[in-house]
Amino acid sequence: MYRILSAEKLSENIYRMVVEAENVARHCLPGQFLIVRTSEHSERIPLTICDYDREKHTVTIVFQPVGYSTMKMAELTAGDAFADVTGPLGKPSDLVNEPPEELKKKSIVFVAGGVGTAPVYPQVKWLHEQGVSCDVIIGAKTKDLVIMEEEFRKVCNLYITTDDGSYGRSGMVTKALEDLVSEGKKYDHCVAIGPMVMMKFVSLLTKKLGIPTVVSMNPVMVDGTGMCGACRVTVGGETKFACVDGPEFDGHLVDFDEAMKRQQMYKTEEGRALLKLKEGDTHHGGCGSCGGEE
Amino acid sequence: MADMMKKIPVREQDPKVRATNFEEVCYGYNAEEAKAEAERCLNCKNPKCVGGCPVSIDIPGFIAHIKEGDFAAAYETLSLSTSLPAVCGRVCPQESQCEGQCIRGIKGEPVSIGKLERFTADWARENGIRPVKPEKTNGHKVAVIGSGPAGLTCAGELARKGYEVTIFEALHKAGGVLSYGIPQFRLPKDTVVDAEIENVLNLGVKLETDVIAGRSVTVDELFEDGFEAVFIGSGAGLPMFMGIPGENANGVFSANEYLTRVNLMKAYRDDYDTPVIRGKKVVVVGGGNVAMDAARTALRLGAETYIVYRRSEKELPARAEEVEHAKEEGINFRLLTNPVEILQDENGWVAGIRVIRMELGEPDASGRRRPVEVPGSEFEIEADTVIMALGTTPNPMISEATPGLEINRKKCIITEEETGKTSREGVFAGGDAATGSATVILAMGAGKTAAASIDSYIQNKN
Repeated sequence: MYRILSAEKLSENIYRMVVEAENVARHCLPGQFLIVRTSEHSERIPLTICDYDREKHTVTIVFQPVGYSTMKMAELTAGDAFADVTGPLGKPSDLVNEPPEELKKKSIVFVAGGVGTAPVYPQVKWLHEQGVSCDVIIGAKTKDLVIMEEEFRKVCNLYITTDDGSYGRSGMVTKALEDLVSEGKKYDHCVAIGPMVMMKFVSLLTKKLGIPTVVSMNPVMVDGTGMCGACRVTVGGETKFACVDGPEFDGHLVDFDEAMKRQQMYKTEEGRALLKLKEGDTHHGGCGSCGGEE
Repeated sequence: MADMMKKIPVREQDPKVRATNFEEVCYGYNAEEAKAEAERCLNCKNPKCVGGCPVSIDIPGFIAHIKEGDFAAAYETLSLSTSLPAVCGRVCPQESQCEGQCIRGIKGEPVSIGKLERFTADWARENGIRPVKPEKTNGHKVAVIGSGPAGLTCAGELARKGYEVTIFEALHKAGGVLSYGIPQFRLPKDTVVDAEIENVLNLGVKLETDVIAGRSVTVDELFEDGFEAVFIGSGAGLPMFMGIPGENANGVFSANEYLTRVNLMKAYRDDYDTPVIRGKKVVVVGGGNVAMDAARTALRLGAETYIVYRRSEKELPARAEEVEHAKEEGINFRLLTNPVEILQDENGWVAGIRVIRMELGEPDASGRRRPVEVPGSEFEIEADTVIMALGTTPNPMISEATPGLEINRKKCIITEEETGKTSREGVFAGGDAATGSATVILAMGAGKTAAASIDSYIQNKN
């Protein structure tokens, strides 16, 4: 069992947990992910690693309950345990393979959206530890949904933008990035992590601006070790497995439309399980979308 | 008096009934039937069957005990050569191994060796007879990577010799392909697979799940931790696809994904959270055991199911029994047919599959007649789900993280066949990780060979 040392709500619908997982904490690098299972009958859930402590053997995960399994996960509290935590999986971010002297010559911008803010953190923190400074744009719908602001302020130049203008700049992350560039910022590397649609539009913008861009894909997965092929992503016309070839890919080459379509694959199945959780045995269909009447 | 030329028939679930459930298809022999079948064994002086067995079970020996009705002794004889008899009795391709060599088979039907092995192992389990743990260990530590047939066999063999063995498994459950790949209706999980794994662990073998070799721990770290030898039996996990248009449409799965969701993650049961797409019309591409497993699983989940295979029935690589069972259950075979494109609806879901007829030409490198396309013979099969069962390749995760471990062009770990030795001292490998996708029993044979080499390697070193 993998003990949960702390569990907290970062915003209305985003949770952070620190979990004991020695093998993962000893070996992981920024950009990699892990897989958790809440109990014997649960799904395997892939989550990007958001922080780690090599000495304390802990890893930090941040997640947003979107389906049945992540909602069950949100019910766990400090002192509870996961049935399984395994990893690290996927390739580390390319940045960690570059010598700090090279990185210092670069002007790097991270673009983070929603729950995707958390996986940006270990990369930014790692760069800070190497003495490399960078810009980070965090986007959220509204002020209350901005997460990890304090942590980020310590390790980067932070720009916050909210869709409704309730905090920081006003508008989407793409607008903030475009504005920063027109204000005179010059970037030669961009990392975008967030909802698929956000990564798509950031990639379209940076292509126009001529900034090489890396995105972190989070498709449907089962084992996370290359075995199932559920996480197929088309990159530059070739099929890649996000779990072993990624999760980070060249944003200008990813087929986002296909990726977004594939992400919907289990939505009805998940919806069914979700209704079972919310309404228990009282729900027997009739809603028209759950298939309960079958 | 029964006809000695024919096998004692084995009782099976009615095809119409079993097509709707996940209970085991074959009921196996009872004691009476087993004894009667054992009577058919000629107890040859030079038993050809043993030579056909990758783990060299003393076949006439255990069958002789069944004849006498001493099933415990039969189990003891089996256990000298195999750690997984209840598994092998169910999934070995006996027709091309032991039973293929049986002298009885020249004029009539061979002795039903597989069913007798299964009977013996099931009898032992039901009667609480288990392999005996050695009294003390020899103090030498060996690490085994992967808990599939190769790893379990290697670990079992070494534990019997007194080694302290730890198995590292990447998934949350042991068994490898026995747990995630082969379906419940062919190889029951709780009663058969879990029980045989438990038997191996009872020999003193330790199991650590959730450890991904090459990621959670490296081979070099295992040596630093005091393991004197490492066996890699990580299997061939990466599924192959065809590279045809439409293959990334929603509703196209690898057989690995489909079977893992259903077998390991138990998507067919309401008490598990795993989702699986229940197609109404499913096309499975491929002709091996995995294709049969995927097709019969889809059938049980309620689909009208088709198998599309580019060669003819004679070349189907699946076990004869699986093809037979699939047909009985109502799987439709579209042989000499090959997919060229997967058709999609406006939402990106599978709508059908465009295929082309094939004919057999000259024999190819595998000795089988090469299928060639018949020009202009394309047609479409309507489908909402397509499952690709085209074989697998080894996962490069371990080789990439192990300096000095040589692999070949197909990413298989290079080993010396007679010993399982790799290019790294103290590192041995076997099973699909070394050969590419093959069978459970060949992997077990490789695990056994490697265990013997590891034993002599450690003994010579000390």
